[in-house]
Amino acid sequence: MAVYSKKEARKAPSNVKGLTFWLRENLFSSPFNVALTLLGVMLLVWVIPPFIKWAYLDANFAGSTREDCTGGGACWVFIRMKIDMFMYGFYPSEFRWRVNTVYGLFLVLVAAFRYLKSPVLKIVLAHVYFIAGFLLVHGGLAGLEVVPTDKWGGLMLTIMVAAVGIVSAFPLGVILALGRASHLPIIRSLSVTYIEFIRGVPLITILFMSSVILPLFFPEGMNFDKLLRALIGIAMFEAAYIAENIRGGLQSIPKGQYEAADAIGLSYWQKMFLVILPQALKVAIPNLVGVSIALFQDTTLVLIIGLFDLLAMVRLSAADSYWLGYETEGYVFVTFIFWFFCYMMSNFSQKLEKRFNTNLRK
Amino acid sequence: MLALLRNQKIRGIIFQLLTVIGLVAFLWYIGANTVANIEQRGIQTGFGFLEGTAGFGIDQSPIPYTEEDTHGRVFIVGLLNTMIIAAVGIVFSTIVGLLIGILRLSNNWLIAKLAKAYIDFFRNIPLLLQILFWYNVVLRAMPNPKQSYNFFDTIFINNRGLYFPQPEYNTTFFAILISFAVAFTCVYLLNRWANRRKEATGKDFFVLPWGIALFLLLPALAYWIGGAQLHFSFPELRGFNFKGGKVLSPEFLALAFALTIYTATFIAEAVRSGIEAVSHGQKEAAASMGFSPYQSLKLVILPQAIRIAIPPIINQYLNLTKNSSLATAVGYPEIVTVFAGTSLNQVGQAIEIIAMTMLVYLIISLLVSALLNWFNHKMKIKER
Repeated sequence: MAVYSKKEARKAPSNVKGLTFWLRENLFSSPFNVALTLLGVMLLVWVIPPFIKWAYLDANFAGSTREDCTGGGACWVFIRMKIDMFMYGFYPSEFRWRVNTVYGLFLVLVAAFRYLKSPVLKIVLAHVYFIAGFLLVHGGLAGLEVVPTDKWGGLMLTIMVAAVGIVSAFPLGVILALGRASHLPIIRSLSVTYIEFIRGVPLITILFMSSVILPLFFPEGMNFDKLLRALIGIAMFEAAYIAENIRGGLQSIPKGQYEAADAIGLSYWQKMFLVILPQALKVAIPNLVGVSIALFQDTTLVLIIGLFDLLAMVRLSAADSYWLGYETEGYVFVTFIFWFFCYMMSNFSQKLEKRFNTNLRK
Repeated sequence: MLALLRNQKIRGIIFQLLTVIGLVAFLWYIGANTVANIEQRGIQTGFGFLEGTAGFGIDQSPIPYTEEDTHGRVFIVGLLNTMIIAAVGIVFSTIVGLLIGILRLSNNWLIAKLAKAYIDFFRNIPLLLQILFWYNVVLRAMPNPKQSYNFFDTIFINNRGLYFPQPEYNTTFFAILISFAVAFTCVYLLNRWANRRKEATGKDFFVLPWGIALFLLLPALAYWIGGAQLHFSFPELRGFNFKGGKVLSPEFLALAFALTIYTATFIAEAVRSGIEAVSHGQKEAAASMGFSPYQSLKLVILPQAIRIAIPPIINQYLNLTKNSSLATAVGYPEIVTVFAGTSLNQVGQAIEIIAMTMLVYLIISLLVSALLNWFNHKMKIKER
């Protein structure tokens, strides 16, 4: 028989408020915490002031040549001189207004989405935007000169690959998710095989496949552009991940919804598109934004198969013999751009998650 | 006839039949084209190339490899290198990830915010960019061998890599290795016995001092039994480079750093969400029963949090393994770099080589999902 002795009750928590209280509670509550706080402060002192000194105080912003970089810090002149390359790649400078117009039209599209209510109109508008955007950037219509895709590059290419990848993978992803949830055995096993196969291999092998094997699949003379091959690979890859996220949404729909739709005599497609998918997609949206972030990061892989996205342009510019030795600035710049885009998207997804979260209990 | 078409079962069968016909037609189309294209371009087929001489060198190989070896051997070397980088990445990203995940929930405001900053910063930067940053910016800025960073004359860092002493693989070395395994097993069994006794009698038994003693004494004993012949080969500067010891190449280091730092953010998030997923009532119940914060964490929160956190962590291990294929950007000789890269360029048999590479990753991910299923089954809450 174990013998237990009575312990003194612990002290009631203090209800004093104020700065010193907050500091004591949050930073210096125990010797261990004091040590941790000091360690954290040391880390901050070690990292932040030198970085500010390098990136701002000692840095050179003005000028246009190497010789203008006299301070010991960063040479942002390099970025300023190469910014067109980073943004547009080798896209001819006299046609850059076309790319800028597409960026501008995006804002119009977002504004229109706010005021339009009909989902059909939204989908139509989005398609029109994509096709018009492609025609404008590519040219060949209405007297616009053609700019071949091997001239596309930089941030423009990164954004385009990410956007086209998501948009073209989405319908395929929805179909795969429906296939995986279907009762038809052949359809289901085909969908499962596709999804698990794609999710089991790294994107780089799929990109190799689409750039090396894909041309073998089609008759001689049917030439795929390098960019198009990469896009096909990315869309195939992304569709499997989108399908898995939508499946998660589908599984969260209570069975009663299916039965109710059946009871009022809706066909399979009516049931799915009018009742189930609108609810499932709402659940899946935060995760789908997560997929978009991952895809945006994955677009950097296209440099391995020889396309010039933002990261590849930075590598190329840093190898420029005139600007040799300034790759740190280039990498810091591209890090900032990627970080900014991804952080914005992940904040957006957290906001969506909060908005859709109806579970209020903590 | 129309009634048949309206029958749901019949429609299902027709729909599936159409899908199969469409798929077969598509496969037949691309198959025929592929055969025609391969014939026209004079590409060889079959796996005979695996016997052919590779003719290129690989600078890091865990098994003996020379230029005269076959492409089959290149495949093995690449596979082993993939496994090495994956194992190293998994070990370190787990350590860093657990640490950051716990710090993220610390009641120290500054530390929690720093951990969050770490996660928000590194998970929002593409992995490839991180690899290239470590490789091109950090490791290339290291001094040349003559001005290496020197740690106690045993570890050196320079632009050729990280040099450290390597033990000679003799009886003593293996005896010590075995003794560690024995000590580990003993501590595990001791711990189990102590827990059982505590449940039965309520008496405490402190395993820690015994564990430390075991881990110190057994290797010492093994050193003495094994012949006391432990030698190290130390790296030494000879001419322009280091000789002796073991070297980790800059490619390996860049990849290992980037994979560790990037994957650790996801592991930290899995740990945090696992702990936060345990409902608040559990913590309150533990506190109202008079558990100290440490007891409530150890006995109530963690056992439940682990069940939630482990599946996403295992998924991250799989992602890390797949991400190690980005090594091809810096040239670390793992399977995608040497086999799907160099060998493919030499042989030109894209279909066979890409298929073999994909199969490797597929097998790994199938094994991991089998492991996950087993874990989920084992960890299922056993309700009445």
